[in-house]
Amino acid sequence: MTREVFITGIGIVSNLGEGIEAHLAAVDAGRPGTVEAERFKPHLVHPVVPLEWERQIPKKSDQRQMEAWQKLGVYAAGLALDDAGIKEDKALLGHLHLICAAGGGERDYQVDSQVLTGLPQAADPGAFLNERLMGDLRPTLFLAQLSNLLAGNISIVHGVTGATRTFMGEEQAGVDALRIAQARIAADQGDIFLVGGSYNAERPDVLLVYEMAGLLWKDSFAGVWEREAKGGGFIPGSGAAFLVLEARDHAEARGATPIARLAHVGADQVRRAPGAAGEALDGLFEKAGGFDAASGLVVSGATGVAGITAEEKAVLDRRTDGARRIATGDLFGNMLEPQFPAGVALAAALVKRGDARQAAVTSIGHARGEGLALVERI
Amino acid sequence: MATPHRDKHGRPLVVVTGMGVVTSLGEGKADNWAALTAGRSGIHRISRFATDNLRTTIAGTVDFVAAEPFCAPALSEQFALRAASEAVGQAGIGHPGDFPGALFMAVPPVEMEWPQREALAEAGRRNGEADYGTLLAGAQTGRFKAWHELFLFGTVAARIQDRFGTKGSPVSLSTACSSGATAIQLGVEAIRRGEVSAALAIGTDGSVNPESLIRFSLLSALSTQNDPPEEAAKPFSKNRDGFVMGEGAAALVLEDYDHALARGAKILGFVLGCGEKGDGFHRTRSSPDGAPAIAAMREAIADAGLTPDDIDYINAHGTSTPENDKMESAGCLAVMGERMREVPISSNKSMIGHTLTAAGAIEAVFSLLTIGEGRIPPTINYKVPDPTIPLDVVPNVARDARVGRVLSNSFGFGGQNTCLVFAAEPA
Repeated sequence: MTREVFITGIGIVSNLGEGIEAHLAAVDAGRPGTVEAERFKPHLVHPVVPLEWERQIPKKSDQRQMEAWQKLGVYAAGLALDDAGIKEDKALLGHLHLICAAGGGERDYQVDSQVLTGLPQAADPGAFLNERLMGDLRPTLFLAQLSNLLAGNISIVHGVTGATRTFMGEEQAGVDALRIAQARIAADQGDIFLVGGSYNAERPDVLLVYEMAGLLWKDSFAGVWEREAKGGGFIPGSGAAFLVLEARDHAEARGATPIARLAHVGADQVRRAPGAAGEALDGLFEKAGGFDAASGLVVSGATGVAGITAEEKAVLDRRTDGARRIATGDLFGNMLEPQFPAGVALAAALVKRGDARQAAVTSIGHARGEGLALVERI
Repeated sequence: MATPHRDKHGRPLVVVTGMGVVTSLGEGKADNWAALTAGRSGIHRISRFATDNLRTTIAGTVDFVAAEPFCAPALSEQFALRAASEAVGQAGIGHPGDFPGALFMAVPPVEMEWPQREALAEAGRRNGEADYGTLLAGAQTGRFKAWHELFLFGTVAARIQDRFGTKGSPVSLSTACSSGATAIQLGVEAIRRGEVSAALAIGTDGSVNPESLIRFSLLSALSTQNDPPEEAAKPFSKNRDGFVMGEGAAALVLEDYDHALARGAKILGFVLGCGEKGDGFHRTRSSPDGAPAIAAMREAIADAGLTPDDIDYINAHGTSTPENDKMESAGCLAVMGERMREVPISSNKSMIGHTLTAAGAIEAVFSLLTIGEGRIPPTINYKVPDPTIPLDVVPNVARDARVGRVLSNSFGFGGQNTCLVFAAEPA
């Protein structure tokens, strides 16, 4: 049994604004994302637009229990539920399945700095560390750090209480979340899913992880395809994207207006070596079958990291020659976990508008993981 | 070709053909089972780091496994490697480095730890003060390149994939303390879809470090009855006062029944059913009426094609926190009815502590061993019965029993409830 999978709701926030219309407008204007160059100098980030949290997270007590990455996700999840017209359908929300792609771990920078300053002078560093952490850490900070608490907060704030799962693993978590939700619906293992993720790039602790490997772009802004000559790199972006995926029969039964068909999601993860990521993406195109470049559109998740970005470009040039190409990295930077869901959201809105009959959405994770989705006009 | 085997819902049957386990009780099924059925505790005083100024100074750490650099992801990887080697070896499936199926991996959320922050601060320090600017300056020296990969969330799974040659994109997942069960559930679903014939499901957790322990301690989740350590975890007892952190890993080779039969594999048991239900009540507490846990148990039993009367034994989540054990007991009574007073239920956590991300997978292995060996591991430290928990908790001493079907419960922070049904035979 294979059921068609429809996208019936989109929620997205990034530096380009709130909601899919703001994102389409940026695509039409050919406007690159907003770049913040001062706050984390010499690092660049694409900061998320200011949001009125209470519009999706009414209770202040809920807002206080979350850090930014979770609030972004809960906010975008609410937008997606609104868009799908199910926000107030308590019975449906009670069996709506949820797959989040999440990182986690926001730090208390003040506590960390005090500990790091004090440790070298401490007579007994172990005892000092325990004393400071026991005394200074907010007990609820842990809940703002746990990866699965994005899903937990969506359950609490929006009442989404079907099966809730959290996938981790940077860009590929977003690919696998969509892949598995799509496969489960197609195989009749669930009717309706909320799938997506969120990321706060405006954090020195996440910049740190990528800076250790020299993966961040620190020159003046350039598009992802133009960074190779200067060593490559990505610009982290804050934002969130959620999609409501639904079996066609389920969507039709409740009179939902579908946005697009999620026809296929493929994923692979090969050992990285020169050429390997490109080969994997090429293999994913082969397995997906049937991308018609003449009427198609490519939404690439290329990061701008050297080597793999050039490999992707070569595959796209060969496989999708003539198709219009949009790089999400130019629009909202690399949002890691939600990058692929955001790309699929954009593709769905573009095919619905009539920009193309079909869109291919790619992902080559900065360190690992390759993904490809096909989104089709209904 | 013979007619393919199907369950009552018309889906492929899923069997377990290989299992591996590492806990504070030892490495491998044999050592763990011997200790577990002897009622021996793996909980001890923490020697891995200084415990001054802590309210809890005990844990079920696995101290016989080394990792370099010593941190949660590296240690979790080592546990997973050992458990998976045992499981894949027992299953005799594929070829070394060529596992013919997918990988579903429950791993603790990853982040940089204090020794690494200190090293970066040292490298970036210009005066006495240190903040994230100092750490970033340290990072820019280029001396810490390897730690980028180490502290990515997907790395443990990627390294296991590298070693065992699992196919496709490995999934790293977290559903907090039910993660291990979710890994199995994802594998079962993939086999039922016909996507794969085999899957390697792993739960691993090596995150007993100062900050992790302090985080749970600040939420008042941990037992503070440090002396004697082996008596601190006392699920279902009236004087229970929190869980004890534990470490370890378990791996299960899941396989389509027909695939296993065709290659002549030894069947260790069936995974008949999975149930899962979210709870939007609170970030750390379960709905007081236990409705989501009840729904998850009922769904698992129904998914298995069984009724509550078919369950012979419950492998409890049984954390030893006042709230969980009360809620779980009430939930089991609601699902099973009056018969629950005679159905044995025991908590492995009384001996190995709460192995968090790994718990669901470790307890799955112990559930299947219970079926295979016909012996139920006890709930140890059961000295002061809780009158509000009128259950047969298999107190203190293991019991011989014919166990055909086990319900294994896993519940977690964030409203996670996942239950699995294991059996000797199809329904």
